[in-house]
Amino acid sequence: MTVRLLAEAFDPWREIVRYQEEQPALAGKFGATTVFVGTLRDFNQGHAVQAMTLEHYAPMTGEHLERVAREASERWPIADLLVIHRYGELRPNDPIVCVAVWAEHREAAFAACRYLIDELKTRAPFWKQEQTRQGRRWVAPEPKVK
Amino acid sequence: MSITVRFFASVRERVGKQLEAIDCAGINNVADVWRQSARVPMPDNLLAAINMEYARIDQPVRDGDEVAFFPPVTGGAP
Repeated sequence: MTVRLLAEAFDPWREIVRYQEEQPALAGKFGATTVFVGTLRDFNQGHAVQAMTLEHYAPMTGEHLERVAREASERWPIADLLVIHRYGELRPNDPIVCVAVWAEHREAAFAACRYLIDELKTRAPFWKQEQTRQGRRWVAPEPKVK
Repeated sequence: MSITVRFFASVRERVGKQLEAIDCAGINNVADVWRQSARVPMPDNLLAAINMEYARIDQPVRDGDEVAFFPPVTGGAP
């Protein structure tokens, strides 16, 4: 189980392959891998986005991401998980977050992946500031969908 | 001893500082820390944390605690 916060751009697919290769204990033990990758778009809430800065509360972010990861591994029978989250300055098309889950079967892999991304987005202290042609603006939280 | 106060994102910009240590005299709860340190009206949607755990505005604060104030987190649409 690994959670990483990165200041620099990363390639989620390369990181997933590398991580899997670095876990010899995983080999032969999983039949399902699910992946979620969140990427910065060039358009949001009616404005073209030139860049985005992700501010975070460093130790609190790490602690809460680790906690969500522990919860997912306790709730579902999964073999391993990897969470990578960016902070700092991002450009459109840059991956923001990547969640990968390895499990024996797809049901647990899908459920844990979904839980991880949903929980970290509402619990980890990150704040988005977008750079548009009109200037910088803090992104307002999305209304809760029932 | 003192209380460490941190401000993040739009709250940091509104208050005009990101980090401060304040004397714990007269401080009982999170709202007291805001009053003592921020010196601007409290925003409606303000969130707070004590020692990196989400906290209520009326939650007690002790000497040596780190209290943080920030807006709702922005993880994006579901």
